[in-house]
Amino acid sequence: MGAAMTEAGLFLLDLLLVLTLLCLAWWSLAATDLFKGIVLFIAFGLVLALAWVRLDAPDVALAEAAIGAGLTGALLLTTLSKLASSIDNPPAKRSSPVLLWVLLVMLAAVLGYAIMSLPQQAQGLADTVASQMGNSGVEHPVTAVLLNFRGYDTLLEMAVLLLALIAAWSLAPRAATSCEMDEALTVSPIVLALFRMLIPLMILVAAYLLWVGAHAPGGAFQAGSVLAAAGVLALLCGKRLEGRLAGWPLRLGLVLGTAMFVAVAAAVMVGGAHLLQYPLASAGKLILLIEAAATFSIGLTLAMLFSGQRPSRGPAS
Amino acid sequence: MWNSLSIVLIMIGMVFFIAGTLGLLRFPDVYTRLHALTKADNVGLGFLVAGLMLQADSLTTALLLLLIWVLVMLAGAGAGQLVAQAALQRQHPVAKSQDDGRGHD
Repeated sequence: MGAAMTEAGLFLLDLLLVLTLLCLAWWSLAATDLFKGIVLFIAFGLVLALAWVRLDAPDVALAEAAIGAGLTGALLLTTLSKLASSIDNPPAKRSSPVLLWVLLVMLAAVLGYAIMSLPQQAQGLADTVASQMGNSGVEHPVTAVLLNFRGYDTLLEMAVLLLALIAAWSLAPRAATSCEMDEALTVSPIVLALFRMLIPLMILVAAYLLWVGAHAPGGAFQAGSVLAAAGVLALLCGKRLEGRLAGWPLRLGLVLGTAMFVAVAAAVMVGGAHLLQYPLASAGKLILLIEAAATFSIGLTLAMLFSGQRPSRGPAS
Repeated sequence: MWNSLSIVLIMIGMVFFIAGTLGLLRFPDVYTRLHALTKADNVGLGFLVAGLMLQADSLTTALLLLLIWVLVMLAGAGAGQLVAQAALQRQHPVAKSQDDGRGHD
């Protein structure tokens, strides 16, 4: 009786999650007001994180909530605030509804076929991963896959993040000098109080997520995005990098993660191993080293993406 | 005994959330809606967390739940003030009380 009721309750919860996701996605896309669209997108990300929890994927849920909803939302909002003056939303030109429907049906057919052709009971790679866990140097299968078995993918992801920042910097104008900025910015004392209380906690949480990644959900990307959130909060409080840190120390921090990854990946080859094939005895330490550097760089890169401007090297305020 | 207390606490929490949602949908202006929303967040979540703490396996879990409540209150209080400030700056109208509204509009 009790088990059946729990089952039914969970089914209802899942149904509610799916319906909410579909509605939020539709409203977010259909919103003519960009601000409303972004807020709905953030809500969509948070509900999606819940859906990942229901799918027993807490790692993905953490990443979705922190990066998908949180930081992407912040990036979209800051972009919108920069767009506001230059664009006044011309009404979208509607293409023929017949064409639209044909495309929609085709897309649905392809996706439906893809889902239907999946095997009912997939073996997946879970058993393979489980049997190799002893060789990974960590105890959490997701971290083992991301940093060891498929380390190459994560290495390239780090490089992509760096490329994104380089692209953003090459498009954006240099930051205004610090004097101009101070005039434009009046920070509420409430935000400053929040800043003082939350920053130490956020740094602590980032360190915890990094450390716990070895044996439980967590890791560099989640930790890095918490660090980036601290950076975003600092930027919102009007804190800027000092001029003497905005030059090569900043650039060093940005490439540290990728550089460390490449260095470790290449260094193990000296001992005759393949690229990224960590020696078993030190695998855990090497992974922690890479993840610590990656966390720092991810946090810095995402915060810099939020500010959207190359910090000026002028005298500090 | 603990179970029933936990259920009662969670139910009270849910009442606050439902009232908060109703207020968010039905109240006339930004400021009163904020009031409804933050009330649900602070008090409703407080009852929920208290109910869940009774169900926690370990003291750590219970304390973590408590920490979540404190953090949500911090964030809620901060965000509530910010939204109200932004609304004031943009001169969002304050809804008049109903008698007033009938008299003048």
